[in-house]
Amino acid sequence: MEKEKVLEVKNLQKFFKLGRNNTVKAVDDISFDINKGETFGLVGESGCGKSTTGRTIIRLHEATGGQVIFNHENVHGKKSKQDLLKLNRKMQMIFQDPSSSLNPKMTVMDIVAEGIDIHKLAKNEKDRKQRVENLLETVGLNREHATRFPHEFSGGQRQRIGIARALAVEPEFIIADEPISALDVSIQAQVVNLLKRLQRDYGLTFLFIAHDLSMVKYISDRIGVMYFGNMVELAESDELYKNPLHPYTKSLLSAIPLPDPDYERNRRRVAYDPAEHDTNEEPEFREVKPGHWVRCTTKEFEEYKKELKTK
Amino acid sequence: MSKLLEVKDLRVSFKTYSGEVQAVRGIDFDLKKGETLAIVGESGSGKSVTTKAITKLLPEPQGYIKTGEILFEGQDITKYSNKQMQKLRGRDISTVFQDPMTSLNPTMKVGKQIAEGLIKHRKMSKAQAREKTIELLELVGIPQAEKRLNQFPHQFSGGMRQRAVVAIALACNPKILIADEPTTALDVTIQAQILELMKDIQREMDSAIIFITHDLGVVANVADRVAVMYAGKIVEVGTADDIFYNPKHPYTWGLLGSMPTLDSDEEELFAIPGSPPDMLNPPEGDAFAPRNRFALEIDTQMEPPMFQVSDTHYAATWLLHEYAPKIEPPESVQRRMQGFASMDDGKDGEA
Repeated sequence: MEKEKVLEVKNLQKFFKLGRNNTVKAVDDISFDINKGETFGLVGESGCGKSTTGRTIIRLHEATGGQVIFNHENVHGKKSKQDLLKLNRKMQMIFQDPSSSLNPKMTVMDIVAEGIDIHKLAKNEKDRKQRVENLLETVGLNREHATRFPHEFSGGQRQRIGIARALAVEPEFIIADEPISALDVSIQAQVVNLLKRLQRDYGLTFLFIAHDLSMVKYISDRIGVMYFGNMVELAESDELYKNPLHPYTKSLLSAIPLPDPDYERNRRRVAYDPAEHDTNEEPEFREVKPGHWVRCTTKEFEEYKKELKTK
Repeated sequence: MSKLLEVKDLRVSFKTYSGEVQAVRGIDFDLKKGETLAIVGESGSGKSVTTKAITKLLPEPQGYIKTGEILFEGQDITKYSNKQMQKLRGRDISTVFQDPMTSLNPTMKVGKQIAEGLIKHRKMSKAQAREKTIELLELVGIPQAEKRLNQFPHQFSGGMRQRAVVAIALACNPKILIADEPTTALDVTIQAQILELMKDIQREMDSAIIFITHDLGVVANVADRVAVMYAGKIVEVGTADDIFYNPKHPYTWGLLGSMPTLDSDEEELFAIPGSPPDMLNPPEGDAFAPRNRFALEIDTQMEPPMFQVSDTHYAATWLLHEYAPKIEPPESVQRRMQGFASMDDGKDGEA
């Protein structure tokens, strides 16, 4: 069955100018697709460009080059206010820090309803209130919470408000930028369960950005690994964990500590040295096995294919 | 093994405008030479406050030790004066804090910050201290130590900064190293490096480590023994194997269940519902009862005592009482226990 693509990222670039002769290539030529109803995980170390990718997709940053195609429509480029509005309604974001992403001067009611107001989704005041109360209950809060301010909530509850706010405009696609990193372990599981339930109930598509690999593996259907602005490996999550090919992915996987002392005693970390690649040839993103892409040179490409066969 | 540190019935409270916040409510533990004790718990469980009480770094006068004894090599250090504590801190007990950016002085060269303790506690001359500092920087894996010595913290990356903080903490060969979430702000690869570094150094210097964290993966990696804290109390304590393969307390089950394992495909994580209690008015009975799906009637009335599971393993839950009903732990925990049982069989077979 042909899967329906919701989002296509084609050769996306985002450079930041730091001075006359100094640019940071935060995202340098990455491409991937996200299918309808799936969760795509984006992992990498801090500074690898994963958050910039997310923010460029939703046009919080203007792209330096390349295209982002959402529902057959380019996100970037000149747009009328109407078109932008339409786009913003279908694509929403959940931010990392739930305390700085909510306006402290607004009540929860107004925060959640802001999108409803902008897109004129509510027929009247009563409908608006009803919608907000329903949303709060969907994310596991009470309707009484609507009159309170963000500082009256704990971190996990604030993240729930952030999720309700994103859901208010009935989006199809949600970018979650490290939505659980700032939360306690037990609360993390609550929020992850909530996200999974919402996806099931509303058929949402997620781009899940995180550095916690075990959580990403758990929530994602496919995972892309980023390193220094490039996508180095992309595969289905089980495939990626069973058969990592790129040395960076291997090193990343070997560094995750698991809650299992016996495993930990025997875990050997593999270090990644970018110098091990052949620098004479510019590496390209190639498909080693259907659905499993690795950034490699032609020689490495052959080696990876062999490696997969012997497994 | 001799007991290096003994904490007896420690209670720490904070005075606030709305009343007394009971951050730590009577905990007992000990630390032996050369071992690593991990204290696990959510934010607000009192794990950091415990270590701050040990080093007397509580924000006075709001924070104070209400009752209890902290015996360091047999001496009760709660009775120490500030001057006596200053001699102890950095020399015998030193701390690695969570955020390397705020624990380093941004206006002081890194070398000078490391040498400070050497000059003060070990009465070294400046030249000697400089030499030792270079040695320390190399020990913690900072290349070009001689050049790095004269740089400021902002010229270091996050991982490098944390290495520098570890170097400061190790400068005087402390008997106890307190690591308060030393890797939370770091990436997994850097985290792995710092953990390896701490273990290597521990082996070399034979210091004891108190490791505070909420990441159970890290605990499994470093700890010999684990104490699980909830609402200012230790609810379960045991060896790493006890806690990870034979957990008894429902809170420990919840913590273990809320982390996905790499080979799990369960639809839903076993999350702990609700949020931690308000320590201004700690609940009567078992503080975990409102969030505990296995809570018994008695949990709301009486606090459970510590039940002994084995020589090394204790847990405070009424479920261990002989009259308690038999309950099935969640599936993910049962799998862990099965792993434990098969490990035991293996050992018996060898013997």
